Amino acid sequence: MSLLEIKNATLKFGGVTAVDNLSFSVEEGEVYAIVGPNGAGKSTVFNLISRFYDPFAGSIHFDGHDLLKSPPERVADFGIARTFQNIELFDNASVLQNLLVGRHRHRQTNMLQEMLFTPKARREEIAHREAVEEVIDFLDLQPYRNKLIAGLPYGVRKVVELARALASGPKMLLLDEPASGLSVEETQDLRWWIDDIRKQMGITVLMVEHDMGLVSGVCDRVLALADGAKLAEGTPAEVQSNPAVIEAYLGVGAA
Amino acid sequence: MEFFQLFVSGLANGSVYGLIALGFVLIYKATEAVNFAQGDFMMLGAFIALWLTNPEYIGLSFWIAAPMAMAAMGGLGYALDVTIIRRMFGQSQTAVVILTIALGFVIRFVAGLFWGHEPQTLQSPLAVGDLTIGGVVLGMADVTIIVVTGLLTFALFQFFKRTKLGLAMQASSQNQMAAYYMGIPVKRVQGFIWALSGVVAAVAGILFASKGAIDPNAGLLGIKAFAAAVIGGFGSLPGALIGGLIIGVIEPFAARYLPAGYSQMAPYALLLFVLVFRPHGLFSQVRTKKV
Amino acid sequence: MRIHFKTSYNDDIRLFEDRFTALKYAALLAFAIALPFLLGDFYLGEATNVLIWAIAGLGLMLLTGQTGQVSLGHAAFLALGAYSNLILLDKGVPFIISFPLAGIITGVVGTIIAIPALRLHGIYLAIATMTISILADDIIVLTEPWTGGVVGMFPPTIDIFGFEIERWSQPDRFYYLVLITTVICTLFYRNLLRAPLGRAFAAVRDSEVSAAAMGVHISRTKMTAFGISCAITGLAGALMGYFSGMVNNETFTVVISIQLLMMIVIGGLGTIHGAFFGAFVVAFLPQGLSIAKDWFGSSSVAIPGLETGVFGMILILFILFEPGGIYGRWVKTRIWLELFPFARKDMFKRQKSYLKTERLR
Repeated sequence: MSLLEIKNATLKFGGVTAVDNLSFSVEEGEVYAIVGPNGAGKSTVFNLISRFYDPFAGSIHFDGHDLLKSPPERVADFGIARTFQNIELFDNASVLQNLLVGRHRHRQTNMLQEMLFTPKARREEIAHREAVEEVIDFLDLQPYRNKLIAGLPYGVRKVVELARALASGPKMLLLDEPASGLSVEETQDLRWWIDDIRKQMGITVLMVEHDMGLVSGVCDRVLALADGAKLAEGTPAEVQSNPAVIEAYLGVGAA
Repeated sequence: MEFFQLFVSGLANGSVYGLIALGFVLIYKATEAVNFAQGDFMMLGAFIALWLTNPEYIGLSFWIAAPMAMAAMGGLGYALDVTIIRRMFGQSQTAVVILTIALGFVIRFVAGLFWGHEPQTLQSPLAVGDLTIGGVVLGMADVTIIVVTGLLTFALFQFFKRTKLGLAMQASSQNQMAAYYMGIPVKRVQGFIWALSGVVAAVAGILFASKGAIDPNAGLLGIKAFAAAVIGGFGSLPGALIGGLIIGVIEPFAARYLPAGYSQMAPYALLLFVLVFRPHGLFSQVRTKKV
Repeated sequence: MRIHFKTSYNDDIRLFEDRFTALKYAALLAFAIALPFLLGDFYLGEATNVLIWAIAGLGLMLLTGQTGQVSLGHAAFLALGAYSNLILLDKGVPFIISFPLAGIITGVVGTIIAIPALRLHGIYLAIATMTISILADDIIVLTEPWTGGVVGMFPPTIDIFGFEIERWSQPDRFYYLVLITTVICTLFYRNLLRAPLGRAFAAVRDSEVSAAAMGVHISRTKMTAFGISCAITGLAGALMGYFSGMVNNETFTVVISIQLLMMIVIGGLGTIHGAFFGAFVVAFLPQGLSIAKDWFGSSSVAIPGLETGVFGMILILFILFEPGGIYGRWVKTRIWLELFPFARKDMFKRQKSYLKTERLR
């Protein structure tokens, strides 16, 4: 069975169909990209998986769980972590604290134990910090550890968001336009990281991306969307040469 | 008959609440800040008019004094925006809320220094005489208040809906930066709206002081105006007026028919009820954030 | 400037950054313990007042500064704490139980009130809580058989296993009771900050969507914040009841709610220090004003609204020129001194930002 399976998902905002009878599945261990022009419904698919939106029809299953039966907070518990297109970090907290929030799904202590800071709370806290330090090492965030997010440059924030998602120790990562706004060098780093995330950590990656260089560099399979519906699916090369995809990007007759 | 008189007197009170609520909504619509000092603006406007009109102070004609008070409050609104509110760009709504509460305290204190704490009545030609319609005697003041409030709300509503400036105001509240890029002079628009809300507050103050006595704590009425604005949904001008009228009408009926001790709770209980069941008012403007 | 070489994970979790900081706070605590021997009864009373306000400030700080939920109604919870304690004592419950129970009752009621309030954001929550505070006055009058209504209630002498604390004749004992409560509340607060729950609070404050995506249960977290906040506030209320010697429907008005919120803004939102700094301002402002009046030689006639007016002025100046409050100024001054003479003028320059709509959530 596939790790993530979306069947016949449909979502409407008023009269506009944002996602139109969309089905696809992501296998364990692969890097899967969703591409498409602006407004094709890519981020909307992510928001469906995160349960921020309720689909009009269809089903979403992850790792044997029916996601539609769970509130948004439970999605993280199943092992899905995500980043956001416009960076949604906790601005008035340090990088370290942001990553520690990523550990929230592993919280074992209750309010009372934390208020009294019992030995168990301390043990748990140390375990969280160990896990977070590993991510900091992995993504070279040491210089920013105790800096507030509000003062960090854009590129670093993007990495912090990725780090926060990784800190939660997910089975699957949802990356919403991870390379947008990054320099060529930063994009190159990102490419190595995504490779390592898959190979060393064994995490499945689902991403939305415009940078076709990055997509064809790291992805196994690509899904092309237009107007919320599936246009093409296959290897990066197949999708890039698909006439319907070229038409959707460049307009009628360009092919 | 008693029912009808209670109703009209409630409408008149409600109009004053509605006018203060209009001030809240104007500023909220244009800057997304909430001016908790709006009630105190009203009080200040009333005192300026009273100071200019009453013979024991300056003793001008009411018809000269009223526009002067309105101009003065407009100027004050503009000055507050330039000196204080404009520096709050980018700070949270909460900071503005706390700031304007503090501003209210300061205004109340200053008004007390100038005019003392004894209740005073504006000698207004609006308050003279009664009107008899089909055997029901209505205070002239009540009728004037209702008519003036209706006209003013209609004019403001048209202004926001039809004029370019009105639309610019709405745009600058929803996204200041985008509004800048579109060439809207955001700062000037914001200054104008604070001035406008000062003028509206002065009108409310003059009407209120024509009907009854005012003292520096009259601004606390603003809390009931909040209830009005919230019930209206904080983004809607007619909504604010309707909210004000609802609160205004409920009060005299609650005082008449509910047991003592419960009646003054009625407006607030209604406010909580609306907040719980229609959290963003009857004319809601809140949507879900896109990520 | 000290540099820390961290060698174990405990270094990050410790209550105090290093031994020097720990010593500083130990010295502060020693000073607080020695205070009754240094001050006369009047100023000891003022110190007690500062600490009680600081506890109340900690309570509101947790909700507003930490979790970002603005409450203009905490005076209602002060009242609830004060009345629960007094009513329990009246029923024969000993103080050692009634006092903590007052906090717990207030916390539970706060949690219940939070349920409908969960759907409210920003300004709407502020108005809803303010309404509760206004209604509290009427409710106290209506429940006169329990609360004594307008006449009010008079706190009896505290009796802990035969050890008596009388607020007027034994101000030192009362001061120690307040000090112990303050230390415990501060410790609880500090512990939460270094644990998952404290971070969840901050996450809810800064971005609800991404908090939810990280597995933070938004409504449960907010309810917990309300609960703990109200519990601490309830304790402060119970102590305030003793301090003022009498509580009735006008002891905890909506003005107290507003003052409490202003106090934590002046002190510095989101910091423990802020609650204490703010409490100093609130408690000493009346004294400062009467001293100032003597200087100007004006008569001792009370000027109504003077206190709130000046308080409002102070708040406006802080929001405009130092949004970080007294604590923010304190940190900047300290860094400036540590770097002297290398601090640059624009080191603390604020970034220009624009208003973003809060109609979208």
